[in-house]
Amino acid sequence: MNRQFGEAILDLKNVSLVFGGVKALTDISFDVREHEIRAIIGPNGAGKSSMLNVINGVYRPQQGEIILRGRHFARMNPYKAAKAGISRTFQNIALFKGMSVIDNIMTGRNLKIGTNLLLQAIWWGPARREELAHRAKVEEVIDFLEIQHIRKTPVGRLPYGLQKRVDLGRALAMEPSILLLDEPMAGMNVEEKQDMCRFILDVNDQFGTTIVLIEHDMGVVMDISDRVVVLDYGRKIGDGTPDEVRADPEVISAYLGASH
Amino acid sequence: MGFFLETLIGGLMAGMLYSLVALGFVLIFKASGVFNFAQGAMVLFAALAMARFSAWIPEWLGIDSRFLANTVAFLVSAALMFVVAWLIERLVLRYLVNQEGATLLMATLGIAYVLEGVGTSIFGSDIYKIDVGMPKDPVMILEGTFEGGLLINKEDLVAALVAAILVGLLALFFQKTTTGRALRAVADDHQAAQSIGIPLNRIWVIVWCVAGVVALVAGVIWGSKLGVQFSLVTVALRGLPVVILGGLTSIPGAIIGGLIIGVGEKLSEVYLGPMIGGGIEIWFAYQLALLFLLFRPQGLFGEKIIDRV
Ligand SMILES: Nc1ncnc2c1ncn2[C@@H]1O[C@H](COP(=O)(O)OP(=O)(O)O)[C@@H](O)[C@H]1O
Ligand SMILES: [Mg+2]
Repeated sequence: MNRQFGEAILDLKNVSLVFGGVKALTDISFDVREHEIRAIIGPNGAGKSSMLNVINGVYRPQQGEIILRGRHFARMNPYKAAKAGISRTFQNIALFKGMSVIDNIMTGRNLKIGTNLLLQAIWWGPARREELAHRAKVEEVIDFLEIQHIRKTPVGRLPYGLQKRVDLGRALAMEPSILLLDEPMAGMNVEEKQDMCRFILDVNDQFGTTIVLIEHDMGVVMDISDRVVVLDYGRKIGDGTPDEVRADPEVISAYLGASH
Repeated sequence: MGFFLETLIGGLMAGMLYSLVALGFVLIFKASGVFNFAQGAMVLFAALAMARFSAWIPEWLGIDSRFLANTVAFLVSAALMFVVAWLIERLVLRYLVNQEGATLLMATLGIAYVLEGVGTSIFGSDIYKIDVGMPKDPVMILEGTFEGGLLINKEDLVAALVAAILVGLLALFFQKTTTGRALRAVADDHQAAQSIGIPLNRIWVIVWCVAGVVALVAGVIWGSKLGVQFSLVTVALRGLPVVILGGLTSIPGAIIGGLIIGVGEKLSEVYLGPMIGGGIEIWFAYQLALLFLLFRPQGLFGEKIIDRV
């Protein structure tokens, strides 16, 4: 594989996050380069999801900063992050349960559709035409993820694996430059995992999307990621290519030694 | 048969108004997860504004036509409700993002008191009239089909039609427009909605604006019927049993719940009244709501109640 990466598009500097007495993240720094697939791994409770939540502003760290394309953010919030081209999926799928697959994915177009929600609510004609244009984009996403057959199904009725796919679809509809995926393959069978891997690689390849990925399945991580950050008890204990990380004694002991 | 139909139609017409009031609750609950105790105060505030502006505007602008004066007064009142919505988001909701339900509930109680206080000090606390030219005389329909025909109260009919149109427009707005979809998204999952770039605060302003318009229309309808006075705050109470019946999160639930209660009230008054003594109309809705609370607390159409963690 001969992969080319750009500059660091996202840079996290000395991030610390505390919940009451729990230190979820302690002084974490790492960067993400444009177009790469960057994995975050670590045992349960290591702080992986917290890290992702800090990146898109769901959690606000007590210390540290986020530098996104050279812009410094001391306080990120999910809306700002979305506007800056970051989209994400959730560990516990957070789809809009009452809506169909197509409507869920359509919500991902919200920022692209326009800025003034009030005007959209009143101007029927133009809003309608714009909506049709965005439907076309949504259909592309649906084709890409091979979920044509469930377009109209309410997401609540779908099996877990498909819900995860729709979650990815909603994130893709935003045409993000950075995609954050929190355990996109958790709870899937082998075949579903293979599909999901293929989608992630294709997104990265076809659209050049930078991907930050949390995953438990080590085989998958080592296969598809370019660089890996290893967290343990909220601290960074490893950072490098899959081969480097695999050979790192501290990482090995964290995974083999402790019973967590 | 004619008499039964008359009662049924009367019930449906009353029910449509209940649906409208209930919709005010449902909209705000869906979008922000808060039960809006200020709904009644909003109805009073809006009705006061409408009553006073429709009296002041002819004086200020020298408008003779009552229709024109009412139209301008309605638009001004609607604009005022938008300002109220904006202020509520700006001064209250913004600081309560992700707070406990109880906190938000208390906040809406506070909003209710402020609205009542500010409303009566700007607009006065006498009894005022809203005269939008509602037809007062009853009308006879289907005289050919039934002996004696069906006697329908025209005022109720117009009110029910207006409410039905508004409810229909709102349902369309929710289902079909981008903004409506964003509102539903926020209603389903705040965090996910924010993460795809739906601005929570703007959504809240919009729902409170919509709830303001609903309050205004309810205020005008009830105000022109009963006069604008402090007791209008209790109009919202009629929406309570409806949302318990229909489910706090369901728009169809609000519509159907309102109709069921309207019809149930009238039919039970007429057919059960003679047996167990009259006055059923007054407590029927609350009894029905109580039964639902006991046996199906999520209502007919609401989602199963699951505690948030
Ligand atoms: N919202 C929260 N409130 C309190 N503690 C939290 C919250 N989110 C995460 N934590 C704590 O932070 C630590 C890291 O959790 P998390 O980031 O979810 O780990 P991972 O995703 O690696 O399994 C855990 O101890 C967890 O209990
Ligand atoms: Mg996690």
